[in-house]
Amino acid sequence: MATVRIPPVLRPKTGGQAEVEAGGADVGEVLRTLTAEHPQTAEQLFGAEGELNRYVNVYLNDEDVRVLNGLETAVKDGDTVVILPAMAGG
Amino acid sequence: MATGAVQQIEEILPFEAQAEIEGGDVVLIDTREPHEYEEAHLEGGKLVPPGLLADQIGEAAPDKSARTILYCRSGNRSAIAAAQMEALGYENVASVGGGILLWQEQGLPVVAAHGMTAEQRERYSRHTLLPEVGVDGQVKLLNAKVLLLGAGGLGAPTAMYLAAAGVGTIGLVDDDVVDASNLQRQVIHNTERIGMSKTGSARLFIEALNPDVEVVEHNGRLDAGNILEVLDGYDIVVDGADNFPTRYLLNDASVRLRKPVVSASILGFDGQISTFVPFEGPCYRCLYPTPPPAELAPSCSANGVLGVMAGTMGTLQANEVIKLVLGAGDPLVGRLLLYEALGSRFTELKVRRDPECPICSENAPEIPESEMGQFPDYDLFCAGAGGDR
Repeated sequence: MATVRIPPVLRPKTGGQAEVEAGGADVGEVLRTLTAEHPQTAEQLFGAEGELNRYVNVYLNDEDVRVLNGLETAVKDGDTVVILPAMAGG
Repeated sequence: MATGAVQQIEEILPFEAQAEIEGGDVVLIDTREPHEYEEAHLEGGKLVPPGLLADQIGEAAPDKSARTILYCRSGNRSAIAAAQMEALGYENVASVGGGILLWQEQGLPVVAAHGMTAEQRERYSRHTLLPEVGVDGQVKLLNAKVLLLGAGGLGAPTAMYLAAAGVGTIGLVDDDVVDASNLQRQVIHNTERIGMSKTGSARLFIEALNPDVEVVEHNGRLDAGNILEVLDGYDIVVDGADNFPTRYLLNDASVRLRKPVVSASILGFDGQISTFVPFEGPCYRCLYPTPPPAELAPSCSANGVLGVMAGTMGTLQANEVIKLVLGAGDPLVGRLLLYEALGSRFTELKVRRDPECPICSENAPEIPESEMGQFPDYDLFCAGAGGDR
C-alpha cells in the first residue's frame, strides 16, 4: 500500500481526507485505486484519454513522476504519492 | 613584563605577512576590540580580543604548531598577545609590525565597513557578528535592489523583514488599496490606512522601520507592456502575485532578463515556495507547464487563508532573498518546499529543468531583440484558471 497525499483543493472529493491509503503496482494503479474509491477525483486527475492532466503534478516520494516512468513508475509498499496542483494565492 | 616579552617575539612586515597569508596554511588572528574589527579587518582574520585571549585562542587557533600571524592596530597588542601565546605553548607565532595601520598605509586590502555609518554599524550589529553575513554581507544587503510583486499576504511579511535587514532598495508592485479584510495577515498595513494604496501604506511602514531603505512604488499592475521596464534595475524579484497570468508573465520575463525569482503561493493552510534562478535551475514553467482550471485553483478571497501561514511563507521568501544577496547557504533552487500549517509539516520535492520547456530549455528559441518586450496573451493562456483575476 502507498500513502496518497491529497491537496486541500481535492479534499472535498475525498470526504475531507488529507491522506488516503491505496494499493497498486505503479503510480497509475495507485491513482486508479484512489479514483475508484473517490470517483469525484477522477476528472481532476485524468483527461479524456486516461492520461494525467498536465496541470497536475504527481510525485513519488520526492521525485516528479514525469522524470521517472510516468504513470508506469513502480510503487513499493510504504511509498508516498504526492498530488500537487499549482496555486496562485498571494 | 610585557616589554621584555615583546622583544623576543618574531615581528614581520605587512608585505611579508600578506605573502604568507596568500600562501595558505596560516591562522590569522586579530587582537583588537570588536568595534575596531567591524570597522576594518584583514580578510580571514579571526577576532580574539586581548582580554579574552586565554578563553578564545584555543578555538580560534586549535593547532599549536601551525603558523599563526597576529595583528592589531599598530603592533603593540599583537606583540603582547604573541608572547602570551608562546607562553601557552604556541610554537610558530609572529606579530605584524605596524599593525593594520601600516598594512593600510602600504595599500594592502582590508575588509572595511565602507560607507556604513556608526548608526548602521549599531543597527546591523547582530548581522555583522554572523560570519556568513559580516560587514561585507551587510554592505551587499544595503546595496541590493529587490522588487516585491504584491504588497499583500506574502509581500507584507517579506517587505517587513527585508526592510529590517537593510535591503537598500525595495520596489513594490501593487494596484490595490488597503481593505479591512487584508489586515488579518498583511501586517505592514493598519486600520488607519484602510483605503490608502498598498504601495503607499507599505512605504510608510518601511520608512518608519528603517530609514536606510529606499522605497520605490509601482502603483499599478504588471503587464506585458511594462514588465521589462519595471524589472529593470532590480537584482532579485519576489513573486507574491495573486493570479496565474502575472506569475507566468513574470517567469517568462525574468528568464529573458536572467533575474532570479523567489516564488511562493498560499491558500488555506498550505504554502509552496521555490527559488528560480534562470538557467541554473528550473523555471516556473518547468514546474507548472500549464495553469490549473479554476475549480482546482480557488483564490484566497474565495477560499480563505490562514494569516500566520502567509507570514511563515513570506518570511521564508525573505530568507531566500537574503541568501541570494549574500551568496550564502543553499537557496531552494531545484527544490519545492511545501508547508502544511495544520499538520506543522514541511515536505521537500525535487524540481527538474524541463528539457522541453518552451522558455528556458536549450531548445527554446533565441529571442530576437525586437521581440524582447513581446509576450503571449497570458489571460488567454490562463483562461479558466483560478486566482483573483
